[in-house]
Amino acid sequence: MIQQIKPILVALKRHKAGTVLIALQIALTLAIVCNALFIIEQRVNRLQRPTGVTESDLLAVQSRFVGATDADTPPLIRSDVLALRQVPGVADAYATNSFPLRGGGWSTGIKTDPDARKSITQTTQYFVDEHALATLGSKLVEGRNFNAGEVSVTDPKAMKTAPQILITKALGEKLFPKQSALGKVVYLGDDKSPATVIGVLDRLQVPWSGTWADNFQEYAVLQPYQLSGNFTVYLIRAKPGQLAAITKAVPETLFKVNHMRVITGKRGIRSFEKVRADAYRSDRGMAILMSVVCLVLLAITAAGIVGLTSFWVGQRRKQIGVRRALGATRGDILGYFMTENLLIGAVGVVIGAGLAIGMNLWLVSHFEMARLSLLYVLAGIVLLLILGQGAVLAPALRAARVSPVEATRSA
Amino acid sequence: MFAYYFQLGLRSLRRNPMLTALMIMAIGFGVAASMTTYSVFRATSNNPIPQKSSVLFAPQIDNWGPEDNDKGEPPSAMTYTDAMALIRAHKAKRQTALYPIAISVVPDDANKLPVMENSYAVYGDAFTMFDIPFLYGGGWTSNEDDAHAAVAVISRALNEKLFNGANSVGRALNIDGHSYKITGVMDTWDPQPLFFDPVNTSGFDDPTQVFIPFTRAIDLNLLTAGNNNCNKSAGDGYEAWLHSECVWIEFWAELPDRAAADEYKQFLTGYAAEQQRSGRFRWAPNVRLSDVMTWMDVQKVVPPESKISLLVALGFLLICLVNTVGLLLAKFMRRSSEIGVRRALGAPRREIYAQFLMESATIGLVGGVLGLVLTGVGVLCIGLVFEPDIARLARLDVKLVLLTLMVAIGATVLAAFYPTWRAAQVQPAWQLKSN
Repeated sequence: MIQQIKPILVALKRHKAGTVLIALQIALTLAIVCNALFIIEQRVNRLQRPTGVTESDLLAVQSRFVGATDADTPPLIRSDVLALRQVPGVADAYATNSFPLRGGGWSTGIKTDPDARKSITQTTQYFVDEHALATLGSKLVEGRNFNAGEVSVTDPKAMKTAPQILITKALGEKLFPKQSALGKVVYLGDDKSPATVIGVLDRLQVPWSGTWADNFQEYAVLQPYQLSGNFTVYLIRAKPGQLAAITKAVPETLFKVNHMRVITGKRGIRSFEKVRADAYRSDRGMAILMSVVCLVLLAITAAGIVGLTSFWVGQRRKQIGVRRALGATRGDILGYFMTENLLIGAVGVVIGAGLAIGMNLWLVSHFEMARLSLLYVLAGIVLLLILGQGAVLAPALRAARVSPVEATRSA
Repeated sequence: MFAYYFQLGLRSLRRNPMLTALMIMAIGFGVAASMTTYSVFRATSNNPIPQKSSVLFAPQIDNWGPEDNDKGEPPSAMTYTDAMALIRAHKAKRQTALYPIAISVVPDDANKLPVMENSYAVYGDAFTMFDIPFLYGGGWTSNEDDAHAAVAVISRALNEKLFNGANSVGRALNIDGHSYKITGVMDTWDPQPLFFDPVNTSGFDDPTQVFIPFTRAIDLNLLTAGNNNCNKSAGDGYEAWLHSECVWIEFWAELPDRAAADEYKQFLTGYAAEQQRSGRFRWAPNVRLSDVMTWMDVQKVVPPESKISLLVALGFLLICLVNTVGLLLAKFMRRSSEIGVRRALGAPRREIYAQFLMESATIGLVGGVLGLVLTGVGVLCIGLVFEPDIARLARLDVKLVLLTLMVAIGATVLAAFYPTWRAAQVQPAWQLKSN
């Protein structure tokens, strides 16, 4: 094989343009495929983040009362919730301000020292009652749930932190590293009212799926409050298999209880499956788009290699015949074209690796993307070299079948 | 002669069907990927109000200081305190503060359910500033602003729904149980991006259906339906919130020329300096003044997904072209003997160029047609990648069709230059001899 390299290089010198084109194509393909694979991996990782919610059989409804003052709303919300829990097929329900992946919600700083100027981290706040955990299907790892006596009505514009709260395990670990958060006291925002952690949830995601919330994805505080105000979110757990039935029954029930309301638009009634799809639409879409681009690109590059190599084989039939007549085996001819492709491919991937890293650096500086892992470049290099060898196989086999008699024919 | 070369081109498509199919597919896919992603980019980077984009300005005032602001940039929205100070100073030709409100319209017919509509609280100047077209009546004036009047402007669609499209100017509109007098019905107005409030909509939302006076919305203690960002607790109650450092108002000033804009910027700096002297700001004035397109840029209205996918698609097209150069080279060089014969019979190089470039243009045209079909499929699938509010903007219109074909033909001809040059270099004597 090594002795073959020199004649290959000499031959390639006579096909500079084709050689350069194949190498260039491999290089550019590598650059784009590496970055696309990396984007796919990053997006898929986001899609796989758990919410901490049992997502099947869960329904979210957003409702706004019309013509009611804020003070009127607590009894209206109460009767909605009681009516929802009576709907056949409903396992449990509660009213809240937001839920994981909803898209909008509250975020606040949280700290352990009321006089500290800076909070330790951002956290989201969910205002819930004692039915929330059962409805969401979220598990406590320590402590206890709220009891009905602890839940009270409050005005969001004049709110003090509740004396008892639940927090997520991730938030507990952030605030109190290597200790149990149970029984500890925390402070929300600028409010100096102490809140004692009475329970720790295994996990609950924030309402936002965007990158800006990445550094507090699992930091949530639950307060035992029923907020007054026209806008309310209801979360409803269906009994197994009843989701479709209650999706129809729930709005009917709500309008029966009180028809002076609006169930707001596109996000009015959504199964949690839809909530998830909405939240991650662009992430999933980018992953699909990049996969399609990668596949088509690899196919086109392979097709290009097949096309040019076939042309070379066609041009060199006579030389191949001469070599065969002088004693070269079919294996030698096959090896020749495979080695030739490997050499061009090697040059291509070296240039391509540089381009891939350059392209990634540019993306990092413009689009808040992460650095490309070198593993991706390596994987891309292997992928393209194999692709090249695979693509060249058919024309190379055709070359190997050239009969020594060709040498005797005039071109 | 060109018609003849075109015919030759068509005929030669069939000669190396494999090579030709490969090229056409490469061009088709490359062009389609670029055009599909471009259609989104075009929609998101569109100038929504070209006739006024250079005279409308969004000011920003840093009321949070270096500790709380975003890497030195002032907040994207304004406090009530600052917005009111700018309104009172009235240094711009026209000006408006605005914020989205969540209100429901109650139809007179008791059997119909209330409807929630996209609504904004604005000043009367907004209608002239934003060139909002009217079907009936018009906006309200500063008198109504000052009187905190219960007036409203509604959209054509809402007028259709409530009044069956009749002229409803002067009639009453029930919003959350309060009666408003309609002063005007807008004609269809759907600027994309939604330039006057990219902060709360990310730039894309359904058209606004109801406008009411800002002063009236404040009287009714209406909260913002958009973002409310606070660096510290707002305190208890609506009054406390109005006077807090929470930012939630968008502000627009119409400044007819460069000089007016410079003057306004100085005014903003002066205002911030005054706030510093009075002790409210503990930092040097930090203000910004952006015209519409700058503001769209600052607010990152073009989603990064759109830019990245366009870039990747252009890279994809480049690879397809490199591929095409190689395949064309193979295709043309196979015909060395034919070229040799033509040259020997007296065809000048110029003719060889014309013939082969025309042939590649033919390939480009066929590739473009394939690309057009694929672009159509792509545009239909945009909803998979982008929010519905953005996906609805991407269309395959006449301009995009022409551009697709032009890019396909142009790119192929460009790719054909080197192979054609090589073809024209063929030595007739050499070809004739060896055959």
